[in-house]
Amino acid sequence: MDSSWQVILDALPLLLEGTVVTLKIVVISLMFAMVIGLISGLMSTSLNRLLRLVASLYVDIIRGTPLLVQVYFIYFGLPVFLDMRIPAMTAGIIAVSLNAGAYISEIFRAGIESIGKGQHEAARSLGLSRFKTMWLVVLPQATRRMIPTFVNQFIITIKDTSLLSAIGIAELTQSGEIIVSANFRAFEIWGTVGVFYLIIIVLLSRASRFIERRYAIR
Amino acid sequence: MITVENLRKQFGANEVLKDISTTIREQEVVCVIGPSGSGKSTFLRCLNLLEEVTSGKVIIGEVEVTSPKTNIDELRTNVGMVFQQFNLFPHLTVLENIMLAPKHIRKLSKTDNEKKALELLGKVGLSQKKDAYPEQLSGGQQQRVAIARALAMNPSVMLFDEPTSALDPEMVGEVLQVMKNLAHEGITMIVVTHEMGFAREVADRVIFMDGGYIVEEGTPEDLFQNTRHERTKAFLGKVL
Repeated sequence: MDSSWQVILDALPLLLEGTVVTLKIVVISLMFAMVIGLISGLMSTSLNRLLRLVASLYVDIIRGTPLLVQVYFIYFGLPVFLDMRIPAMTAGIIAVSLNAGAYISEIFRAGIESIGKGQHEAARSLGLSRFKTMWLVVLPQATRRMIPTFVNQFIITIKDTSLLSAIGIAELTQSGEIIVSANFRAFEIWGTVGVFYLIIIVLLSRASRFIERRYAIR
Repeated sequence: MITVENLRKQFGANEVLKDISTTIREQEVVCVIGPSGSGKSTFLRCLNLLEEVTSGKVIIGEVEVTSPKTNIDELRTNVGMVFQQFNLFPHLTVLENIMLAPKHIRKLSKTDNEKKALELLGKVGLSQKKDAYPEQLSGGQQQRVAIARALAMNPSVMLFDEPTSALDPEMVGEVLQVMKNLAHEGITMIVVTHEMGFAREVADRVIFMDGGYIVEEGTPEDLFQNTRHERTKAFLGKVL
């Protein structure tokens, strides 16, 4: 029987490939999720009741159902309804984007609402439109306050992508699954997979502390 | 310059402004005094529609503020406002605070904008603070920057909502001095204030409000020395 170190060494190429796939899904999904979250967050702070209703329905549906169900629904359910095939990667990215987007929407809403009325009034009294007030005065301040909460959500999303192994996407967890099913060395492989996630997430939270300090409001 | 006709403002069942009519001439400095809850801040905030008006008319220059057809953003560029809590933008430097509106509304070039901003900062005596952030300034300094920021759009009217009420006593003087200078330059000013000394010295006219009405108005001399109404007397008795 190979030594533990040999097992891990042999597994590294495949695990690294899986890591790259995981990072790709995370980066793409979070970019979509930030855009979706910003739009939905703005809608939920809007004066228009219909926009608020749409945003709150979206947030309720996503937060009220498990991510795995959302993944299955988009990958297995929607193709039946739409009569078209959705590639696993596309389905996975859609599911994770929509999921993270709902939580990010709430982060934006809370951040926007944390900026006092005085800031809105000062900006509007200068003649800035509602949109410019939001974009130039409220969001720049709110976003800085949101950084720790964003990072928290990013970390959750990174770990959530492991659920995409359920639809056969060869991300980090699925790579581990493939290796273990071939060599039955569960201890070494799952330990290593865990360390990989840990490294990604620790690096991210260190980076975020740096960004927080860099953009702190003096 | 400014005409207010039968202005009423209700918050739910609470009628804060009951029937306000007055006219303010160009270059006039008007101080609005009165007990708290008398509606004086609400009156001021109705002039640039920070509060929606329940009924009545406000006309500034040629523009009927209260008409639904009025472009309110455009009107507001002509009406500067200074708040009790300063409300500087904390993520921007002093200079950026002043340059924000001209940059994004007037599309002023950076050079022109900065030149104007520095000139305004000089006027309020804070040139050396141009790169500071609001948090690094004292309350008095922040309020002077807020005045410069409001002036950056070249408004023809300036509204001051208790500009010295949130300041430590030793900083009140510097802000009032800046306002005095402005008054002498001939800008139309409406000042809601508790500073009776300022009202007496600088105002062309003083308005005393109580219970949502204008109870009495006149020159500082009329109001402070030849007070006609009992309510005004009672109020002045308490604050002077």
